[in-house]
Amino acid sequence: MKSFTYERVRTPAEAAAAVARIPGAKFIAGGTNLLDLMKLQIETPRHLVDVNGVGLDRIETTVDGGLRIGALVRNTDLAADERVRRDYGVLSRALLSGASGQLRNKATTAGNLLQRTRCPYFYDTAQPCNKRQPGSGCSAIGGVSRQLAVVGSSPACIATHPSDMAVAMRVLDASVETVRPDGQARRIAIADFHRLPGDAPHIDTTLEPGEFISGVTLPPPAGGTHIYRKVRDRASYAFALVSVAAIVQRDGSGRVALGGVAHKPWRVDEADRQLPRGAKAAAAALLAGAKPTTNNAFKLSLVERTLATVLTQARG
Amino acid sequence: MNPQHDDRFKMSRRELLLAGGSSLAMTATASDALAAPAETPTPPETVSKAKVSLVVNGQPQELELDTRTTLLDVLREHLKLIGTKKGCDHGQCGACTVIVDGRRINSCLSLAVMHEGSQVTTIEGLGQLGRLHPMQAAFVKHDGYQCGYCTPGQICSAVAVLDEIGRGVPSHVSADLTARPTFSVEELRERMSGNICRCGAYSNIADAITEVAGAKA
Repeated sequence: MKSFTYERVRTPAEAAAAVARIPGAKFIAGGTNLLDLMKLQIETPRHLVDVNGVGLDRIETTVDGGLRIGALVRNTDLAADERVRRDYGVLSRALLSGASGQLRNKATTAGNLLQRTRCPYFYDTAQPCNKRQPGSGCSAIGGVSRQLAVVGSSPACIATHPSDMAVAMRVLDASVETVRPDGQARRIAIADFHRLPGDAPHIDTTLEPGEFISGVTLPPPAGGTHIYRKVRDRASYAFALVSVAAIVQRDGSGRVALGGVAHKPWRVDEADRQLPRGAKAAAAALLAGAKPTTNNAFKLSLVERTLATVLTQARG
Repeated sequence: MNPQHDDRFKMSRRELLLAGGSSLAMTATASDALAAPAETPTPPETVSKAKVSLVVNGQPQELELDTRTTLLDVLREHLKLIGTKKGCDHGQCGACTVIVDGRRINSCLSLAVMHEGSQVTTIEGLGQLGRLHPMQAAFVKHDGYQCGYCTPGQICSAVAVLDEIGRGVPSHVSADLTARPTFSVEELRERMSGNICRCGAYSNIADAITEVAGAKA
């Protein structure tokens, strides 16, 4: 690990200002992903701004009947919250399918959104990787790509976003609330928060330098049946090959988002419109323009079959 | 001369482990030196230090640390509490599991300087020889280990798992999200998935935890 200086801050504005002011500075909250990457020198911050003292650790009801989740609410607490379990079951389920009990106790809401890909070539510092070292090339294309993206990828990067939580937030139409270094707040729709790789895969999100996530807002409950179905190589504690987050209403209408297939949580408006027609039609809309590798072409049929299981489960 | 009769050769297991560790460290340094090109010596890195006060197994500790020091390294290297184990050092195996402010965490993925005021419980704080924690006694009774390396993490995790079920924290396998979770072997296996046992003592580990859960119910 490279040496770094360390400070604790008390407010979101102080946090944003500190990271904007000091070159090579980063926020740290749970640290479960950042420290892992620092040990491998994939992340080499020169200064860490510990944001655990800024508050933002509560879940509050909003005036319109939604929920505002503080940036520092731990994954365990978010999944266990009575309101989330009752009205946003897809979010509880997604969180509980991710990581281990130990990690969920530490990992925060904002940190979960900001976690980096688990592409094996991003982790292997002996190999080229455009996400780790811009312009060095992509080792995953033509390499071992079983876990990697089938849609929305680019010739520069086929990494996936590893979060389960973010897939549920995408299907719930959540918004990310931030504070910029100049103190101004803004709100980013979750759809616009994570980027596609394009020719700049080293940039994961649309956050500006120093911009601090203060929380995530959920709209009022959407009703319906909430399902998060995750398919992985072992029954627990593994990243998704494919995951499906769905909210299905009694009349068969609903919304669907996918994890494990793209650089961001994957949702397509046309797929929601096709949902009443069944898994085949919805999967075709979700995977339109897919460019799988020979290693991960299985994900196309896995998406359709997982979606079929989800729709059967939703019908009860 | 028979070395067994010479005090100089008597070493505790801990001293032996520490000596073994330093000879390993020397090996690593020697090979690093061989690998580094002689003409370009790396400039010495500035070490940044910070102070932290925390409570470990009821004992207040005031430390000044290299900011890079993990909670795991503080426990093992600074406080010599070597019950907590370093397995993968990347949060994948659970051998380093300790209980901080009532919650189990991977001590390898947490910076010590971020634990100002924390209450840390390690395997040494759960119980001692002669007055074992019920979970430790159950692991002994059910032979819940083979090599024993993952055991302190398994036991700390298991103690916290029963507490989590008691507090109503749901899991991936809880059938009804809105109901209070209850103990079952299925629940236990899911909740313990962050603790790997390379010897594969899982069935005995499950028996040990089940016995303690039954006693608590």
